[in-house]
Amino acid sequence: MKKTYKIEVDCANCANLMEDAARKTDGVATATVNFMTQKMIVEFADGHDPKKVMQDVLKACKKVEPDCEIEL
Amino acid sequence: MQELIVNILLGIVIITAAALLIIIGSRKNGMTKKQKKMMIRILVTSSILLGLQFISAEDFNSFDKYLFPSSGNWIRFACYLLDYFIIGYDILKKAAKGIRNRQVFDENFLMAVATIGAMALAVYENGDYLEAIAVMLFYQIGEWFQGYAVGKSRRNISNLMDIRPDYANVERNGRLEQVDPDEVGIGSVIVVQPGEKVPIDGIIVEGSSSLNTSALTGESLPREANVGDEVISGCISMTGVLKIQTTKEFGESTVSKILDLVENASSRKSKSEDFISKFAKVYTPAVCYSALALALLPPLVRMLFMGLAADWGVWIYRALTFLVISCPCALVISIPLSFFAGIGGASQQGVLVKGSNYLEILSKTKVVVFDKTGTLTQGVFEVNGIHHNEIADAQLIEYAALAESASSHPISKSLLRAYGKEPDRSRVSDIQEISGNGIIAKVDGIEIAAGNDKLMTHLNIPYINCHQTGTIIHMAINGTYAGHIVISDIVKPHSQAAIAALKASGVEKTVMLTGDAKKVANQVASSLGIDEVYSELLPADKVEKVEELLRMKLGKAKLAFVGDGINDAPVLSRADIGVAMGAMGSDAAIEAADIVLMDDDPMKISKAIRISRKCLRIVYQNIVFALVVKFACLILGAFGIANMYLAIFADVGVMILAVLNAIRCLFVKNL
Repeated sequence: MKKTYKIEVDCANCANLMEDAARKTDGVATATVNFMTQKMIVEFADGHDPKKVMQDVLKACKKVEPDCEIEL
Repeated sequence: MQELIVNILLGIVIITAAALLIIIGSRKNGMTKKQKKMMIRILVTSSILLGLQFISAEDFNSFDKYLFPSSGNWIRFACYLLDYFIIGYDILKKAAKGIRNRQVFDENFLMAVATIGAMALAVYENGDYLEAIAVMLFYQIGEWFQGYAVGKSRRNISNLMDIRPDYANVERNGRLEQVDPDEVGIGSVIVVQPGEKVPIDGIIVEGSSSLNTSALTGESLPREANVGDEVISGCISMTGVLKIQTTKEFGESTVSKILDLVENASSRKSKSEDFISKFAKVYTPAVCYSALALALLPPLVRMLFMGLAADWGVWIYRALTFLVISCPCALVISIPLSFFAGIGGASQQGVLVKGSNYLEILSKTKVVVFDKTGTLTQGVFEVNGIHHNEIADAQLIEYAALAESASSHPISKSLLRAYGKEPDRSRVSDIQEISGNGIIAKVDGIEIAAGNDKLMTHLNIPYINCHQTGTIIHMAINGTYAGHIVISDIVKPHSQAAIAALKASGVEKTVMLTGDAKKVANQVASSLGIDEVYSELLPADKVEKVEELLRMKLGKAKLAFVGDGINDAPVLSRADIGVAMGAMGSDAAIEAADIVLMDDDPMKISKAIRISRKCLRIVYQNIVFALVVKFACLILGAFGIANMYLAIFADVGVMILAVLNAIRCLFVKNL
């Protein structure tokens, strides 16, 4: 399952770090952060609840970039 | 000298910051709250700093008399420290958080270490606090500019691409109501007034207008539309009121699909982007460790092996300079921005690129393979010439059209189109269709024979063969030869120029594939200047040919296939890059192709290639420029030639220039 989320992030390198963090989160198959359109596209692994996974993704992203925001 | 330069710079910063706050800050949507706050901090810091510049260390020393000894030094330090916190507290906070979260090597950490280090050195030497604050200040200015410029260009580019209609007019109880296009169901009738966008795909049921399709195709020539014509969302009705019966939902309409496609295009990352994000991951830690080594190794070597003074201060300072340079932001920001601007600029020209990676491949295209029908030719059979006739052209066409009026063959249809009027069937009698040969009929009582050479031979009428290729219709009136009509697929007006333009922009080989007869194919190819032709191919043969061509090409050269997207989806996906043209409204093409040309003009292919080349050129310029400046500064810093000022300008300056350079990708109109 693929979902797109709106994000807020200021710098391009931070966006890359967020992408990395999201990819490493459990339950995420792949993730792409598009800095230019301020979007995060997440593909979830089978059998995971996107809502729960996204909470973890948000936590992981906050760790690498405290200023970032993901609209869930 | 340096003092003076810094003072002047601070003055400029104060004036600019104040001006920006007044001019942009007062505008709606000019600055976000965050940006405004930052600008005020920059203004306050630089003002205090400039003020402090005019009070020398000696002036502070006068406090010594009134308070405890060397209290002047401490008061001076406190003043500077306050200023430092005003500009840098958020960086310090983020750096602390980073360390707690074990994300050490981010730019906040680097800036924090570099400036705290510089402050500490200054306390130790009771010297120049200015440097640490100025570095932080200029870093923040750079960040501000980056945020502002990127945000602004992001919005501008998005606005350019935004062809989304805001509402649809629906007639309810005799009154027009504006509703959300999402709420309009299939089959409802919407009203489009002059100057409005068509919100949803549909068919005109009432009214006529000329439609401006420039938002979709980049073509400024308006298109006429009448009752019964299909219209595509995103066009602007210019002259008349249209009533349109919708055939699709808003989400399935052309406009929504295109928007979706372009918006998500930059999510498909190019190789250069991947390279840079990988590079950034290695670069920052590498520079940090080098900085550590630079701070420790030379002094130790000097002390232990050379018997010299360690000069810890000098080497630590050099290491701190290193840290300032190590921020990879200029690199990381400019590459996606370049691609985004390139994709945005291209979409304005009617070239939809589905991803940054495709833009990159397109720029390396050396072989372009074309489908013939519908791509280089119009795919519509038309009367192309009338030869050896004794009666007037129009008369001959009239006879032919009337004789063929009962037939539904494509050839008869093109004759009828050339005739241009509704045929009066009552004038035609005694129609005999001789299958595979032609038709014999009486028009106004005159016997007309229209058909191929077999028909003429059959009727024993001497005929003249045509030197042109195409389908030839010989005409005989009352048993005497009256000339022939040539019907062929017409080459698009720009095809020849398009091939020439491709060659001019560096494409090495052009190939045409067609299912058409060899003679026709060769004639079209030679008239257009195409290098290789493969004719009489079935759809499956086309895939095979493309695979063969893929094997033949050299090295990194890429192969593009250009088709009309209707029946060549397999070939489109097999080629390195598939280009569908004339795809306005054709879902299959938009789905199968990597690059979609919205109108039929083959000139757009070379334009797309030139856009991609320009974009990639700018990307490489930025990569090389940023890397060269950074490495140069690293080396200069290691030898103590570059100080921290130079380092921060290397960082911020390179970023600003790279961002400005990236914006150039947007200007592709006159390519």
